[in-house]
Amino acid sequence: MRLRSRAARRAGLNVLGVLVALVTLFPILWMASTAFKPAREIYSLTPHLLPAHPTLGNFRSVLDGKVIGLPYWNFLKNSLFVTLASVIASMLISLLAAIAVARFRFRLRTSYLIMLLIVQMLPQQAMVIALFLDFRSIGLLDNLAGLILVYTAFSIPVTIWMLRSFVAAVPREMEEAAAIDGAGPMRIFWRIMLPLVAPGLVATSVFAFIFAWNEFIFALTFLGTDTAKYTLPIYVTYFYGRGTVDWGSIMASSVLFTLPVLVFFLIVQRRMTNGLMAGAVKG
Amino acid sequence: MVRTVSGQPGRIPGPEDPASPADRTGHRSPGLRDVPGVRQRAAAFIRRRRLTPYALLLPSTIAIGLLVFWPTIQIAEFSLQNYGLPQVTGVAPTQWVGGANFSAILSDPEFWLSLRISLIFAAVVVPLTLLTGTLVGLLLNRLGPKMAAFVSSAAMLAWATPAVSASVIFIWLTDPDGGVVDWVLARMPSWLGGGAHWAGFSWTNAPLPAYTLLTVLVVWQGFPFVAVSVLAGLKTIPAELHESARVDGGGAWRIFWRVTYPLLKPIFLVLLLLSIIWDFGVFTQAYLVTGELGNRDEYNLGIYVYDRAFTMPPSYGIGSALALILTVILLIITIGYVRASVRQGAIQ
Repeated sequence: MRLRSRAARRAGLNVLGVLVALVTLFPILWMASTAFKPAREIYSLTPHLLPAHPTLGNFRSVLDGKVIGLPYWNFLKNSLFVTLASVIASMLISLLAAIAVARFRFRLRTSYLIMLLIVQMLPQQAMVIALFLDFRSIGLLDNLAGLILVYTAFSIPVTIWMLRSFVAAVPREMEEAAAIDGAGPMRIFWRIMLPLVAPGLVATSVFAFIFAWNEFIFALTFLGTDTAKYTLPIYVTYFYGRGTVDWGSIMASSVLFTLPVLVFFLIVQRRMTNGLMAGAVKG
Repeated sequence: MVRTVSGQPGRIPGPEDPASPADRTGHRSPGLRDVPGVRQRAAAFIRRRRLTPYALLLPSTIAIGLLVFWPTIQIAEFSLQNYGLPQVTGVAPTQWVGGANFSAILSDPEFWLSLRISLIFAAVVVPLTLLTGTLVGLLLNRLGPKMAAFVSSAAMLAWATPAVSASVIFIWLTDPDGGVVDWVLARMPSWLGGGAHWAGFSWTNAPLPAYTLLTVLVVWQGFPFVAVSVLAGLKTIPAELHESARVDGGGAWRIFWRVTYPLLKPIFLVLLLLSIIWDFGVFTQAYLVTGELGNRDEYNLGIYVYDRAFTMPPSYGIGSALALILTVILLIITIGYVRASVRQGAIQ
């Protein structure tokens, strides 16, 4: 009797879990399903969950650049360039800073950490006004290099915070032992710190990747006039903004933009969430 | 990269180095000729250890200083100037106008409307996000490991979905022509609020439907983070505590408020403050759902800031003053967040 009620409760919880997962996944699945539907099914009076006659037509028109005049690859290239450059830059910069705050005790340490917390919360729609005017005067508008600078600076407060806990987890004794054996700081860094922090670097770089890949407001403001320079988020909304709304193309472009993030995220999910916790909530 | 530490100009022991003359005068006795060298090296080592953290922080401080702090200072400066199109094109010089931008803002009904929308939106979305996230977190804690991994992965996919994609998806879901939400609502029985009048209903043309849609969208993207944080907190609570509470005859509701909530209170406080900061200033989703600056009566404070600064004719002065107001509001909440984090021992 007792056993049965426990099994029933377990089954009930599982059903609830599946329900939560399905409701949560529904918008993403609907995006994918729409992307494969031909126009007459998209605007049909009775929407179906799955496309009855799946087509690649929407993807083809996105990849060929039917709407914007430039193929998808052009914007993928822009987004990849901006994202990878800013991820590498922010990893280099934040690893140094993370070593400083995790390994050294110095006077400004607490102030620096508090500064990082505050900086994360400053509204980007405020900063974008001054940065727009600054970049305008030094010719960084319509320039992907400007975005790389901004994405690096705005991701490091979080990446330092996340990396800090990974650096702190490297046993100090290992470094000391290597130092006693005569290894210099450079050698200790390359041979001990870097390999041990590598998983943390991966998790943290996923955060920096998602931030730069998804970023909208700076790209929207800085890449105003030069369509060829658009990154993928601006590209997706470009479809949306043109008079006749072609939902098939919008969803197809949205799939091509979202999929890399979701795949990337699923691969490193566990470490990522642990790192996020270390960043936001010390658990 | 660490090389920059020893490569710094200030660290090479030279004649101006205060440590060197002392060493030289102190140990001149023959036979110990190499001792000064050793001492000098030791002193350099200690100095290096002392300066190393600052050298390591240099790149990040420069990046944050130039691209975050400097713009903030500039915004404060511009907020007191008549910075507009003639000034940015160099036709006319910028002039200090004192508090004129601020008094113009305070007497502008659109500002108060957008502030009201931001406040109400945060007041609705923050509790909803925390409630949904907590319930899912509690559920995750009671599921088997495989099921929990599946559900939390599904939830975190919603979190990882880019704001632009999420907005476009939800706009499509609620589209008057072909959107699945209107279709379902039109077929729902009237006692559930459904009915034929939902067919072709536009969700983006009036503030209330637009912000209802935004609420669902932002809760959908926000609850997974809360759920996973709550789950991480729950894992730190010893199982015996819950068991003994259950043996004492407490129901789930009582156990939550008597055992779980007090132990997770610090986490809830941080999540509450983070959610307020995020939802009060929400931009991308609101910008897209309200039609890319298309409907002035649907502006929240963040969109209003952006519109005043950039919509032709641009008014960077007024925009900066508004941005400063938004920043100050968020900073006040941030102070609470920092204090909560410090109390939790985050700065260790």
